[in-house]
Amino acid sequence: MIEVQNIRKQYGDVVALENVSLSIQRGELFGLIGPDGAGKTSLMRILMSLLLPTAGSASMDNLDVVKEYKKVRLITGYMPGRFSLYPDLTVEENLKFFATVFGTTIEENYHLIKDIYQQIEPFKTRRAGQLSGGMKQKLALSCALIHKPEILILDEPTTGVDAVSRKEFWEMLKRLKNMGITILVSTPYMDEATLCDRIALIQEGKIMSVATPEEMMHSFPEELWTVSSRKIYNTSKILEIIPSLISVNSFGQVLHLVTAKGQHTTESIREFLTKNGEHDITVESDKATIEDVFILLMQKHNQTI
Amino acid sequence: MINKEPVIKVKNMVKKFGTFVANDNLNFEVYKGEIFGFIGANGAGKTTAIRILCGLSTPTSGEMNVAGYDIYHQTEKIKKNIGYMSQKFSLYEDLTIAENIRFFGGVYGMKITERKARTEEMLERLDLMAFKNRKIGDLPLGWKQKLAFSIAILHNPKIVFLDEPTGGVDPITRRQFWNLIYEAVQKGITVFVTTHYMDEAEYCDRVSIMSEGQIVALDTPENLKKQYNAKNMDEVFLKIAR
Repeated sequence: MIEVQNIRKQYGDVVALENVSLSIQRGELFGLIGPDGAGKTSLMRILMSLLLPTAGSASMDNLDVVKEYKKVRLITGYMPGRFSLYPDLTVEENLKFFATVFGTTIEENYHLIKDIYQQIEPFKTRRAGQLSGGMKQKLALSCALIHKPEILILDEPTTGVDAVSRKEFWEMLKRLKNMGITILVSTPYMDEATLCDRIALIQEGKIMSVATPEEMMHSFPEELWTVSSRKIYNTSKILEIIPSLISVNSFGQVLHLVTAKGQHTTESIREFLTKNGEHDITVESDKATIEDVFILLMQKHNQTI
Repeated sequence: MINKEPVIKVKNMVKKFGTFVANDNLNFEVYKGEIFGFIGANGAGKTTAIRILCGLSTPTSGEMNVAGYDIYHQTEKIKKNIGYMSQKFSLYEDLTIAENIRFFGGVYGMKITERKARTEEMLERLDLMAFKNRKIGDLPLGWKQKLAFSIAILHNPKIVFLDEPTGGVDPITRRQFWNLIYEAVQKGITVFVTTHYMDEAEYCDRVSIMSEGQIVALDTPENLKKQYNAKNMDEVFLKIAR
């Protein structure tokens, strides 16, 4: 449904995207996971025909995003990272405006947005600029959906949004996917990756890995241990000198220790810590999360430059 | 922490905008040298409260004392004794690293010799010596945030307020940022921080959770998890806010 081939985007000397290729299937909920500045927005803007690539090509539903951009715009809905509706128009006026631009009416496609729009409908006479963050987000999604797009592109819809509203937003995306809409969504929150069918990890303009979240977590090439102690900051300092160390990072109340495969057991780690004066510790073998995968890939990437 | 000497005292804090109550009778204390997490849904009233504590907005009523100064009459003294950084406002993009440091050092009224010494120490620490003449706008976000934090504590304030300092930052830099926070705490600086990353809530000594203008929970992460029978702070937050 979405094909990206060897896309490169350069702004002056800065390379925002380097040789990016992706293939997204019809009906997929696909996540683009990476921090600010990774190139997520550039890629999405190229797909939306709002930006020309320096090299390479991309198509959506077999329509070239450069040559057939007018047709591309008819079948896609886009929610940019920055709120970009008309703040001086009311909620209802904004929605009506977007429907009219695409030659449709609110009534015709109301079924698509019903679940989402109903939550802000009590405020439909309020100006969009005066809505809270969560409501703005729901209105923007409604406007992106009102012309019944086949593809929905969402640029960091949950950034700066609290944990509860984020969960609700992902539930909405699941429902839209079940209606058959292909969704490309970007996020800097690694925990949201597991909610996608497939994900691409992106960093400094390069795609580091593409797979289902499960595949990615299972294919973690090293060994991971969860270590907890009373003072994890001290414990992490000590673990920085353990032999065969790849990384040690805090994950909430515990540490994730990554060591080269086959070099350690829970006993050998515990022994190392005890020898260095740490007591009351627990060490368990554990599975990697997407964030662990991302950190490892970033580390390897940094070592090669 | 352990030392329960309060550096922020808030009694019956109320802030109204017209008929809307943004802060509805808040009561809490922040102790010297602790990392105090300030968590809540969007629109819960966190930013309003922070702006008041920084002396940027006047409360409707209540008694508040920050770094030993009264919030109504000594806001200028408060500003000298605190640092502030947010995800949005960090530094001047058109100025170089060195120029930004000079500028903020001047704003904080630091002596030139002190500023120079602190600048050297900070650039060494951040490994940025070679880049001191680079414009801020050319730096990756992660560097900017680490630099913004270091500048926010350049004048060795008693308290530093961090408003979503790690939003959108990559997972490695996010952790390096927290290491900087720990280092600041070890120097005796009190940290007041907001975040949407619930794993970061675990790194705080105490966490307060706001909902609809009120503080609905305030305790150590450990006690909150026990109280709400949750395995992590994410679960605590969902149970409280939903």
